[in-house]
Amino acid sequence: MTEDATALLYDTPDYPQLVFDRGAHLDAVNISAWFGTNKVLQRVNLSMPPSVVTALIGPSGCGKSTFLRILNRMHERVPSARLGGEVRLNGEDIYAPDKRITDTRRRIGMVFQKPNPFPTMSIAENVVAGLKLNGTKVARDTRAELIEHSLQRAGLWLEVKDRLDTPGGSLSGGQQQRLCIARSLAVSPDVLLMDEPCSALDPASTRRIEQTILDLKDEVTIVIVTHNMQQAARVSQQCAFFLAETGTPGGIVEAGPTDQIFGSPRDPRTADYVLGRFG
Amino acid sequence: MTATALPVSHNDDGPRRIRTLPHPTDRIFRGVSRGVGALVLVLTGAIGLFLAVQLIPVVHHYGFKYFTTQEWDVEGNRVGVAAAIFGSVEVALVALMVAFPLALTTALFITEYAPRRLKPLFVSMVDLMAAVPSIVYGLWGFYILQGQGLNVARWLAEWFSFIPLFKVDSDPHSAPFLKPQFTESAFIAGLVVAMMVIPLACAVMRGVFDQAPAGEREAALALGSTRWGVIQAVVLPFGRGGIIGGTMLGLGRALGETVAVLITLSQIDKINPHVLQNGGVTVSSLIADHFGDANRGVQLEALLAAGFVLFAMTLFVNTIAGIIVTRSRSGATTEI
Repeated sequence: MTEDATALLYDTPDYPQLVFDRGAHLDAVNISAWFGTNKVLQRVNLSMPPSVVTALIGPSGCGKSTFLRILNRMHERVPSARLGGEVRLNGEDIYAPDKRITDTRRRIGMVFQKPNPFPTMSIAENVVAGLKLNGTKVARDTRAELIEHSLQRAGLWLEVKDRLDTPGGSLSGGQQQRLCIARSLAVSPDVLLMDEPCSALDPASTRRIEQTILDLKDEVTIVIVTHNMQQAARVSQQCAFFLAETGTPGGIVEAGPTDQIFGSPRDPRTADYVLGRFG
Repeated sequence: MTATALPVSHNDDGPRRIRTLPHPTDRIFRGVSRGVGALVLVLTGAIGLFLAVQLIPVVHHYGFKYFTTQEWDVEGNRVGVAAAIFGSVEVALVALMVAFPLALTTALFITEYAPRRLKPLFVSMVDLMAAVPSIVYGLWGFYILQGQGLNVARWLAEWFSFIPLFKVDSDPHSAPFLKPQFTESAFIAGLVVAMMVIPLACAVMRGVFDQAPAGEREAALALGSTRWGVIQAVVLPFGRGGIIGGTMLGLGRALGETVAVLITLSQIDKINPHVLQNGGVTVSSLIADHFGDANRGVQLEALLAAGFVLFAMTLFVNTIAGIIVTRSRSGATTEI
């Protein structure tokens, strides 16, 4: 698809009204979180600028995933979950009363640890599922273009272009995960959150997805949670190290450019973690 | 250290038999559970066999006309179950038409929309519907529901009488209280039976909807889906087997319902395809109606044979339902 075709696509009145502005600025301001009375995050501040892949690293149970789920309002799905602070998308608080939750989640997409395509839908239907789900009508020829474009951006097009009508569940794990990425991209989000997207995948699929992340970084703002230090070093330009010391809520120990976090960390705990001395 | 291969004897190369000596407690437990399981099968089989045996003298006496005769005229020696089979299916289908949408929407409401704190309350209220004795439903249907249901029946007859099913052999334009033709019809009986089918069908559907995979739900929500979108994309495709199975289990229940039908359907031994019109008979209400004054001998056997027909119908429907429910739960989730 040419650049013009893309512009055309996003200019259709039926398409979610959204400027394709090459990513957005996401800011977490003073984020605290609780499950019941148990505080799991304490006053986390992090700025996630466009064209930068932000990696969230840290040992299990330090609140990385909770933080990520707060960024697109999935946190409040847990009955006892509460939070404090603000998440600003291009300066506007997504938790403000006038913000629609469905709208926010469409603009801030999420890819999960376990690939979760809709098993009863074909590959093509999976890609455009998001539009159907939030009630956007797509014309037939726009639909075909959108499917191709999204699958290309997710790096899956060449592998599936001849079998778009087969079930999404028939793909391999890595392909399913890229299908999930394509599905998220099809609703043209500003931000893409990824919660350990490669932890269920083999090394070859992992490499493929990392390539996809690097290809996408100038189009959407990407935030990725990973347990894999090498992965964080390979895909991210900015890194935040989360830690929860026993009995205390989690928080960011150190955040900064990835080179600095891995090369010359200021906090000794960060150095211990990135060098594999614990966690 | 180098690995050394164990000496291989080539003489006894063949699959070995693997067996474990079971522990005595395992053996006892296995015996008891197998025994109980077998008992259930034996009981069901014995009931079916007992009823099936009754068919022999009945067919001997009345011939195969037993299955095509509408009347149950013992003195006139014309006895058959045709009207009853038709009536059972008729009442059950009316009940399903009413119960299916109500059970489906109730189950969806409870799993998807109800506030979390109120969910147990709704669940127990629907379950409570199953605990109401059917005689109570019958009386309620006769004294309370019928008065209201008549208006619906009258309306249907007025506007849809061009469909033979909704035809009533009378003038629909006179006042409802002059219209005994509308009372005690298969429609009214079906409405009452629907009340008994709803909790059963709803419980099965709710159980399946609750199991809809959380990963797919989250996937849909993260795409900006509305709750209705989640229902369409995740819950209904996953729960399709439960919807069909639950409905068919309800059908099995509706086919066998006796007391409430006996009260709300005036008994005539005749195929009555006009659902809104007074009169009809179902297999179970036929048996209940005639059991008291049946002679021992072929009259009683004829009733038991009718029981066999009902048993076979219900068993068939429930088996299909069971197959559908079990089949859908496996395989509907994503596996990597």
